[in-house]
Amino acid sequence: MNGEDVGLFGILIAVLGGAVRVGTPFLFVSLGECLTEKSGRINLGLEGNLVMGAMAGYGISYLSGSPWLGVLVAGLCGIGFGFIHAMLCQQKGVNDIAVGIALMIFGTGLAFFIGKPFIQPVAPRLPSIGFGDWSDSPVVRAALEINVLFLLGLLLAPAMWWFFRNARWGLIVRTVGESADAALAMGININRVRMLSTMAGGFLAGVGGSFLSLYYPGSWNEGLSSGQGLMAVALVIFARWNPLNCLYASLLFGGAAALGPALQSVGITWGYYLFNAAPYILTLAIMIATSSSRRRVAGMPGELVSR
Amino acid sequence: MTQPKLALEAINISKHFADFCALNKVNLKLRHKSFHALLGENGAGKSTLVKCIMGYYHPDEGEILFDEKQRSITNPHHAHVLGLGMVYQHFTLIPNMTVAENLVLARPQLPAVINWREELGVLQSKMAGMPFQVDLNASINSLSAGEKQKVEIIKQLLLDIKVLILDEPTSVLTPNEADEVLTKIKNMTQSQDLSVIIITHKFREVMNFADDVTVLRKGQLVGTAKVDNVSAEQLANMMIGQEMNTQPLERTKSADTTTVLDIETLNVDDDTGLPAVNDLSLQVQSGEIVGIAGVSGNGQKELVQVLAGQRRLISGVIKVHDEPYYAKRQQMRAHKFHCLPEEPLRNACVPNMSVADNLAFRRFDRPPLAYKNWILNRGAITSAARELISRFSIRTWGPENPVGNLSGGNIQRTVLARELSEEVNVLVVVNPCFGLDFNAVADIREQIMQARNRGTAVLLVSEDLDEILELSDRFLVISEGKLVYETTPQRADLTKVGQHMAGH
Repeated sequence: MNGEDVGLFGILIAVLGGAVRVGTPFLFVSLGECLTEKSGRINLGLEGNLVMGAMAGYGISYLSGSPWLGVLVAGLCGIGFGFIHAMLCQQKGVNDIAVGIALMIFGTGLAFFIGKPFIQPVAPRLPSIGFGDWSDSPVVRAALEINVLFLLGLLLAPAMWWFFRNARWGLIVRTVGESADAALAMGININRVRMLSTMAGGFLAGVGGSFLSLYYPGSWNEGLSSGQGLMAVALVIFARWNPLNCLYASLLFGGAAALGPALQSVGITWGYYLFNAAPYILTLAIMIATSSSRRRVAGMPGELVSR
Repeated sequence: MTQPKLALEAINISKHFADFCALNKVNLKLRHKSFHALLGENGAGKSTLVKCIMGYYHPDEGEILFDEKQRSITNPHHAHVLGLGMVYQHFTLIPNMTVAENLVLARPQLPAVINWREELGVLQSKMAGMPFQVDLNASINSLSAGEKQKVEIIKQLLLDIKVLILDEPTSVLTPNEADEVLTKIKNMTQSQDLSVIIITHKFREVMNFADDVTVLRKGQLVGTAKVDNVSAEQLANMMIGQEMNTQPLERTKSADTTTVLDIETLNVDDDTGLPAVNDLSLQVQSGEIVGIAGVSGNGQKELVQVLAGQRRLISGVIKVHDEPYYAKRQQMRAHKFHCLPEEPLRNACVPNMSVADNLAFRRFDRPPLAYKNWILNRGAITSAARELISRFSIRTWGPENPVGNLSGGNIQRTVLARELSEEVNVLVVVNPCFGLDFNAVADIREQIMQARNRGTAVLLVSEDLDEILELSDRFLVISEGKLVYETTPQRADLTKVGQHMAGH
C-alpha cells in the first residue's frame, strides 16, 4: 500500500469522524434553538449559554471528578440563562434579538471571569465508545471514537420530531409559535410556554457547550468556542425548523469544520486556515442560496414571520 | 301558552373603553333554536357585545343568562365549557398545520400523546354529520378563504356547542358560498339543539336567513324584531338613523378617451414563490373607472403591489401612456400615477411621522415645499397640510400629529388627500371604504368619482361587490390570478358574477 491511498481514505474517515465530533455541539445548540424558535422567539444568547456551559461543565468535572455531573450543571446553567432571556422578553416592549445579543456577551464574559482558575488544571473527560476497535489502523480507530453525548443527540433529534407531531406539549409549542392569537383563544399561557421552551433550549445549548470542554477539543480556554452558538441559528433556518434536518445539517457543518484538521493530519498543510473557514463560508453560501427577495422561507413559525 | 325558551339573554350590557361608550344598556334575547341577526354599521358595538358574551371583555354592568340561568363568563375558555362557540372575523386557524391538527387542537382536553390514526378515524366519522366536508389532511395554507371559513365553523360544531356566534362570516365568501354556508347552518338550527347569532351588515342575509333581528347603532339598542314583520328599508333606517342616501353619483362623459394604463400578460409570484397573477391583461381609459371584483386572496394584493412598486413582476409589460412603467419615483411623477393601497397605514404611511409629513411624501423634494430641491421648507409643508386637512376634512388635532394616532377613516382620508391633491392621470385604489362609516364612505366614493370625471383613469380593486357596482364603468372578475369575466354594472348578472368569483 502506498501513502497516497492511505491519504485519501484517511481524509474521508477523518472528515466523517470529525463531522460527528465537531457536529455534536452544533446538534445540541441547534436542537435547542429549534425548540425555542418553534415557540415563537429567537434566542441569539445561546452562544453565551454554550460558553457558560463549557466553563461550568469543565469546572464541575474538575472539582467533583465526575464529567457527567459537569454536563448536568452545564445544562442547568443553560436553563438559568434561558430563564433570564424569557423573563426579560416577556416584559412589555422588549426585543428578543437585543436581549439575546446582551446575554451572548454577558454569558461569554461571565464564563471567562469565573473560568480563569480552570484554564490550567486537567478535568476528567467524557467517555467514548470505540466503534473502530476492530481496525488495526490508528486513523480509523481515532475517527470512530464516538462520544456518548452524540448518541444521545442522535436519539433526541427524532424524539423531538415525534414530540412536535404527536405530543400534546409539542402541538402547544407549535401553536404558540405559529399564532399567538390562536393560542390565546385556546386559553394557553403564551409566556409560560415560551419560557419553558427557552429554558429547555438553553439546557441543550449548555450541554452542547460541555461537550466542547469535556470531549472535543477537551479543555477549557477562552478561545474554545468559535461561534457555534451563533451559527446554530443559521443552521436552524437551513434545517427549516425540522429537528431531523438539524441532525443532518449539524453533521454537514461538522464535516466542513473537520476538513482543515483532516487535511493536516495527512500532511497537507497548504491552506489550513482557509479550510478552517469552511463552516463559515458554508453558512454564508447556504444563507444566500436559500434566501430569495421574492419569497418567504418555508416552514418558518408564523410568529417569527409577522414581526 | 308558555314563553318560548331562551338559549341566551344579555340584559342591560354596558361597556366603556376609557371615555368612549361602546355599549349602553343593550339587551339581546336569543330564542332557543333560532337564527338571530345582529345588525349594525361598523363601530355600532356588535363585536363588543358578543365579546362581552364570550368573556373576552367584562361588561361594566349587566348580566348574561345562558340557558335561563345567570352566568358570569370570565374568559372564552369558560364560555366554551358552557357550550358557547364563536367564529371570528379573522381566521384563527394555524396556517402551517393540517385541518386535522387544527381540529384536534381545538378540543378542550388534549391527550398527552396523540394517536393520529385513532384521531383521524374519529374525525372522519364525525365529519359525516357535518354540513360541509373538508380534506382532513390538507394544510390550512392550501385552502381557499371559503374552505377556511368552513373549517372554522366545523371546529366549533365539533365541540358540541349549543350557541354559535358568527362574526361577519360571509365577508370572505362569494355570494354563492355565503348562501351555501348560511343555508346549512339555518338547517342545523332546525334539526339540532343549536341557536345561532350572526353579526352582519348585509340586509340580504338578514332577510333571507334570520328569524329575529336586533339592530345596534352607536352602542345603543335601536330595536329588535321578527324578520317576517320588518322590511329591508325599515332595517336600513334603524341601522343608519336617517334615510339612506341612494342618489347615484354624478357621472360625466368625457369627450375624447385614450388608453392610459395598459397591462399586458402580467405574471407575478406571491411570497411563497407560487404564481399569484397569471397572464393578466387589462386596459384603463382616461375618464373611466375599471373595477376588479373578487374574493380576497385571488392575486389582487400582488397585482397592486406590482403597480405600486412594492413587488417585482415575473414577466409582462406595464405601460402608461404607451411607455413602459417600472413604478420608479420619476415615472410616478411624470405620469401622475397615484395609488391608495389597502391597509394605508402599513402600505402608504410612516405611522410615527406627522400628518403634514405624510401628506408631503409626493412633493416634499420639489418647490414650493423645498428650496432648490433639497432643503425642506417646513412652513410650506405645514401650510400645505393645513389646506388639505380642511379640504378633505381630516380629523386631527393638528398637522404635527403622528398619522398613526388617527382613526382608520382619517388615515384613509389622509392618503386619499395626498394622492388626489394634484392632477392625477392614473389612480389605483384598493378597498377604499373598508371599515369606514357611512358618511366617510359616501365622501370617499364622491372623491373617486370626481377624479374620474376630471379625466383620471381609475383602477378600483375591491372585495365589496356593491362598491364595484356603484362606482365602475365596467368591471372584471379576478379568480386565482386570472381575469375570468367582464361586464358592466348595468348588464351584470349577479349569479354569473358570483360563479366566476368562486372560480366556476
